[in-house]
Amino acid sequence: MSTRNIVLISIIAFILLLGGCGCSGYNSLVDKDVKVKTAWANVESEYQRRSDLIPNLVSTVKGSANFEQETLTGVINARSKATGITVDANNLSPEKIAEFQKAQNELRGALSRLLVVAEQYPDLKSTQAFRDLQTQLEGTENRIKTSRKDFNDAVGDYNSSRRKFPMIIISNLIGFPEKGFFEAEDGAEKAPTVDFTK
Amino acid sequence: MRKKLLTILFSLICLTVLAQKGLPKRPDPPRLVNDFTGMLTPDQQQAMESKLVAFDDSTSIQIAVVLIESLEGRDIAEYAVELGRAWGIGNKENNNGVLLLVSKSDRKIHIATGYGIEGSLPDITASHIIDEQIKPNFRENDYYRGLDEGTDAIIAATKGEYKAPENYRKKKGQKEIPGLLVLIIIFIIIFFIKRGGGGGGYYGGSGFRRSHGGIWFLPSSGGSSWGGGSSSGGFGGFGGGSFGGGGASGNW
Repeated sequence: MSTRNIVLISIIAFILLLGGCGCSGYNSLVDKDVKVKTAWANVESEYQRRSDLIPNLVSTVKGSANFEQETLTGVINARSKATGITVDANNLSPEKIAEFQKAQNELRGALSRLLVVAEQYPDLKSTQAFRDLQTQLEGTENRIKTSRKDFNDAVGDYNSSRRKFPMIIISNLIGFPEKGFFEAEDGAEKAPTVDFTK
Repeated sequence: MRKKLLTILFSLICLTVLAQKGLPKRPDPPRLVNDFTGMLTPDQQQAMESKLVAFDDSTSIQIAVVLIESLEGRDIAEYAVELGRAWGIGNKENNNGVLLLVSKSDRKIHIATGYGIEGSLPDITASHIIDEQIKPNFRENDYYRGLDEGTDAIIAATKGEYKAPENYRKKKGQKEIPGLLVLIIIFIIIFFIKRGGGGGGYYGGSGFRRSHGGIWFLPSSGGSSWGGGSSSGGFGGFGGGSFGGGGASGNW
């Protein structure tokens, strides 16, 4: 009789402890989820900043005599493609992030090409408007890089806590899915370089 | 149990060291002008320090000038963001720090702006300051003049955006000592370990995690509360400001 009571009490105590642990774990996971979403909002607004610079860049470049039309269209197309892909902060799955990153990287590639081609147009390069745009682009790339790193840090923290026991049971039950990272890529990590000595 | 405690202490030390990996250590006593290269004479450093401390006292905007030997192959903008965050230049509420970073052997200059400075010192303005005030003087090897005129231009651009709250200087002098903070954290760790030993296994688990939270918390709180006693006329210490990649770079 008394051994049965002890067993019962310890089972109940165990369940209570597990529940208490789960509750505090749940709350911290909610906090981390919010942090990831905030970091994502930053990432999006930095990419938006780059996107907003492009019309200005295009019109400045267009003003320069016979600028390569192909490069310009490349940038315009890549921009509309990139802005077409938005990711809901409630669904930051690895696939979604990868899709977003791919489109943004295409835009980045097109922009780098434009800056390389611009090197062949000394008249354009020497205008203050173009130099200012280059500065803004460079600053924007740095902001994107920083916000991506902060986002990755937040996701890493979130993913590792959701995977730990007993959170893994709860996160699978309630629906705290794994979130995606930005992958580092060769060349993609390097901001379009602007050499001020020239 | 003693072993566990030692492991925790060890990881605490490791983490504090890791947080500063590859970056110059935060100066102690705190200084705004940090020349690790000898490009400036002690007199010039002192003159610039006084000017920047006076500006910090009246506006709470912290302009740090850091001269390093080499970036060791790293991107200067990235380096500046990391350094600005690690030192916590600017205050925590407004993130109003500016870092003027110069790498001697790379011949590179970068002005990094804290989140709260991006409005009054946009990238274009920062770039113009590098092009017009700093670069021409650096090319003549007049580093002091370049930095002096450069910081003057930064002051002119950011002036008026923030005003130092009353008792700003006094408050900075009264900040807690990090040593005390470390002690408190150690006590918390001991407390949780003791509790973990007495209670069920799961309490132990949860306590350990929470004390980990304490460890992670240390580098950032160190940034905000760092800066102990300020002597009269000296710099009171960095305030834990953050950076987001804003600013501009240049070569000379």
